[in-house]
Amino acid sequence: MKKFRYLKNVATLKYDEELCIGCGRCLEVCPHAVFKLLNGRAKIIDFDACMECGACAKNCPVTALAVTAGVGCAAGLLTEWLRERGVKLKQDGC
Amino acid sequence: MPPGLYAIGTPDQNSAVIVTANYKLSFDIVRSSLAGRNLWLLVLETFGINVWCAAGKGSFGTEELVRRVDQAELANLVQHRTLLLPILGAPGVAAHEVSRQTGFRVNYATIRASDLPAYLDNGMQTTEAMRELTFSLRDRAVLIPVELVQALKSILPFLISVFLIGWWTAGLPSGVYGCIALLGAMLAGTAVAPLLLPWLPGPSFTLKGVVTGLLWCGICAITIGLGSSPLAVLGTLLGLTAVSAFFAFNFTGCTPFTSLSGVRKEMQLALPKLVVVGLTAAILWGCALLG
Ligand code: SF4
Ligand code: SF4
Repeated sequence: MKKFRYLKNVATLKYDEELCIGCGRCLEVCPHAVFKLLNGRAKIIDFDACMECGACAKNCPVTALAVTAGVGCAAGLLTEWLRERGVKLKQDGC
Repeated sequence: MPPGLYAIGTPDQNSAVIVTANYKLSFDIVRSSLAGRNLWLLVLETFGINVWCAAGKGSFGTEELVRRVDQAELANLVQHRTLLLPILGAPGVAAHEVSRQTGFRVNYATIRASDLPAYLDNGMQTTEAMRELTFSLRDRAVLIPVELVQALKSILPFLISVFLIGWWTAGLPSGVYGCIALLGAMLAGTAVAPLLLPWLPGPSFTLKGVVTGLLWCGICAITIGLGSSPLAVLGTLLGLTAVSAFFAFNFTGCTPFTSLSGVRKEMQLALPKLVVVGLTAAILWGCALLG
């Protein structure tokens, strides 16, 4: 996935290194190789590759990780924006 | 196919347990790539939705997995305590919760079901390649038809208007050319931009769509022309580019690397500009037709 990059410095991924027990789960579940294990603790090595899927936060046994998970989908956001303004569209798709 | 436990070959108490969604395509791939082996297949109820979308929605999730494990009485059926899950199911499943509630350990095996045989042969160790998400030309190409149908539906009113206005003001050929130009711009954003994704300047999808839109304008300029007056030409340029850019931006919903925060930011930055450009194009055309 190295050739696909999206906007920088926007991901909501938060990591509290103090809590990490080095179990390696986040490395296992992240589809974008955002983490690496260093000296028995997770390290974020590629913050901007995070697509906010939420897998790491969901699977961290000590809640050292947090992220506002969601699908980066323009159509979804537009529909939501319109709905907030009282316009209803038929929702299909993912 | 209904959710529940299935046997592939003649599994016994030592056979691996693979968890999947009741999404026809992934079920078929899992079954065909594992043909000739002896395994248990635990299918979760995801209502026909693929693992990735179902995990996001939560139907491929901790609760459903725990329920199916209990229902199938897996603990009596197999001696080991390991479940093999697709990596893309992880956003819905809390592995430690599953362990706590069922006693089974969750192993996130591979992203693609087609890598499962290699994973099993590799002593159930995930290699870097099995964990790497790809978005190849082919992956992108298969997404396009559905997107095209959606896009066609949304521009249909505009197509009809362009056709009627063109026909009415300048004759039938102009109406047809207008439709071709608009359809081409839609294709530039919906099909060409996704196909050329890694080679177009970015990271903004709108920018990628602007580039393919301008390319299409270039093609129009040397074939059917962009308009009969400078105002009309400018209007066509702006309009076609905005249409292409919008549809390219829309493709963010299909990609496995665009974050919600990123798309939100791009929407705030780019969408108002697109609307202004689109309106300007309409006004220019209005002036060209009246003047
Ligand atoms: S949210 Fe998803 S993409 Fe981002 S770091 Fe966590 S697992 Fe990786
Ligand atoms: S999942 Fe949590 S505890 Fe485990 S390595 Fe990652 S951050 Fe550390």
